[in-house]
Amino acid sequence: MSWKISALKKSPWVFHVNTGACNNCDIEIVNLLTPKFDVERFGIKLVGSPRHADALLVTGVVTQQAAPRLQEVYRQTAKPCVVFVIGACACDKGIFTTGYHVVGPVDKIIKEVDPNAIIAYVPGCPPKPEAIISGVVKALSTL
Amino acid sequence: MKESVKKPVIAVGPFHPLQEEMEFFQLTVDGEIVTDIDVRISYNHRGIEKISESLQYDQIPFLVSRICGICSASHPLAYVQAVEDIAGITPPDRALYVRVLINELERIHSHLLWVGLAGHFIGYDTVFMWAWKYREPVLDLLEEITGNRNNYGNVKVGGCREDIPNEIKPKILKELDEIEKKTEMLTKAVLDDPVLHARLKGVGRLTKEDAIKYAVVGPTARASGVAIDVRADDPYAAYSDLDWKVITQPEGDVFAKAVVRLLETLEAIKLVKQAVKKLPDGPVAIEVKEIPPGEGCGRAEAPRGETFHYVRSDGGNRPVRHKVRAPSYVNVPSFKASCIGEHIADVTITLAAVDPCYSCTERIAAVDSRSNVVMDYNKLLKLSRNKTEQMKKEML
Amino acid sequence: MNQEELNKKLEQISDKLIAVERPLEDRVFLLCESENSYQLNKFLFEDVPLRFVVATGIDAEDCFEVLYHYSYDQTGCIVTLRAFIRDREKPAIESISPFLPGAEWIEREMHDILGIEFKNHPDMRRLILADDWPEGVYPLRKSSS
Repeated sequence: MSWKISALKKSPWVFHVNTGACNNCDIEIVNLLTPKFDVERFGIKLVGSPRHADALLVTGVVTQQAAPRLQEVYRQTAKPCVVFVIGACACDKGIFTTGYHVVGPVDKIIKEVDPNAIIAYVPGCPPKPEAIISGVVKALSTL
Repeated sequence: MKESVKKPVIAVGPFHPLQEEMEFFQLTVDGEIVTDIDVRISYNHRGIEKISESLQYDQIPFLVSRICGICSASHPLAYVQAVEDIAGITPPDRALYVRVLINELERIHSHLLWVGLAGHFIGYDTVFMWAWKYREPVLDLLEEITGNRNNYGNVKVGGCREDIPNEIKPKILKELDEIEKKTEMLTKAVLDDPVLHARLKGVGRLTKEDAIKYAVVGPTARASGVAIDVRADDPYAAYSDLDWKVITQPEGDVFAKAVVRLLETLEAIKLVKQAVKKLPDGPVAIEVKEIPPGEGCGRAEAPRGETFHYVRSDGGNRPVRHKVRAPSYVNVPSFKASCIGEHIADVTITLAAVDPCYSCTERIAAVDSRSNVVMDYNKLLKLSRNKTEQMKKEML
Repeated sequence: MNQEELNKKLEQISDKLIAVERPLEDRVFLLCESENSYQLNKFLFEDVPLRFVVATGIDAEDCFEVLYHYSYDQTGCIVTLRAFIRDREKPAIESISPFLPGAEWIEREMHDILGIEFKNHPDMRRLILADDWPEGVYPLRKSSS
């Protein structure tokens, strides 16, 4: 498995999933493409389908409606893959802990499908684009 | 095929990197024309109104700021104004000016974000990169002033949580001069481009009558000739002390909405400059001991339109009821009026023109009622961009 | 119309109201029984006319309330019609969506979170709760933890 994972470290293609977020983290992720941060110079590319992705960038608390969809996206993602949990909501539901429609956090929902999922956490509300890049690069280098 | 129609989000390959939300607009098309549309908004429902009932009055601004990341200044402001109504509080003048400053800076970066996305949807990716590049100095300013690029946490009942240092005023003015130049350039480029005129005029038109029936607000309403703007109609903060105008356009199409947002960005820059220059001295908050029983309505003009909060108090520490209405809640359903009858290649830009506060809307998929073929977001985006390409070729 | 004229116009319906409260000059609350809500809403939206903002559903322990918030943009006045639904067992009120499409969503939402029935609503389907949210569980009722 480890040669596959080290292949991930070069140019990870990432797919973004929003499971019920306020959009701040999502906008910061899209910011990664823009000239100031220009994540494509690291070979990191945002792709349009989970089937082409090496990593998932997941935002949001995971609402009850979004949970099965998140699990489906995870199943469709090519393995091995890394799940990057972006933002306070995704890491541990943030300020929405007591929400009646909130079933997350992300790691709990993913682990129902794959207890051995590789998960990395980038906290922040929202985490700055620099933090997201740093988190992704750091996590990949430890694999 | 049946399975994919029942759960199109799965069969369709859900989300495009540039459309951040888990959106679900299900369109029914007949060939190439939209015949119906349904919207499903439960993906983002977090139960905020119920959470509010368990928080104290000064904790709630942090909660509501996160309803929507890009209206994160307007929600807390509308909320604290509702509570200030109940308690009969008027914050000090300096607080009112700081509130204008932060909210207008948010309007600038929100509208620039929209311009970028709209550009992307129709195939003008340079506009996307450019607009998002010029948002950055605004976000940097907000970070210097409030400590965060979004979710500023700057309001509380009775005023502002923190003052802004006077030393930063020259920097704000300098940055705004630069942003103003770029926005003017962008506005001129849009207004002068014949391809954009051809591509966006007459598309996704919302008539004035429908705008009223659907109770739409913000640029969506103003671009259909409905001249409503909370800053002018029910002035709050320091808006009645400042010189600015409400921007409207009569046509109601996507082009009109783009013009309204661009011109509003320029007005917002004007407002921030005035707020900085006229910023009065003094305290930035008054102490509030308790909230008496009563009910209050507060509203603010978010970048997308009127944000409305209703609060009921029984004299205790927490609200009995807190109702939140984001502007997109009324703007998105108007999609029914502006999208039915439109060509499928125009669907993404018509939706984007409403500038859905993405945290209450869902992704887009179209099902052909005759063939049951599902077109996902990527396909619809491609159709939109191809249409522009085609037009360019024919015109130039 | 200025504020005074608006106030006068609102007097036309005073026979159908329980009371009028005016905590601030530009914040008016009209209290009524739910049976009169349809007519009063029609008057406010079509005859005055006012702009519909949103409706708030409240579980008020001894009754349910539906507050219809309207804005009079010429003066910035918010007029709220506060309708009392006395039947707690089967709370129901006439839907105003037939003449006000802008109210369709909020009535569906109030049905989801409070279990209030909106009679003659053109499209009463679940709006904000998940597909698999259990029937009969209304999260914004006070009895819900």
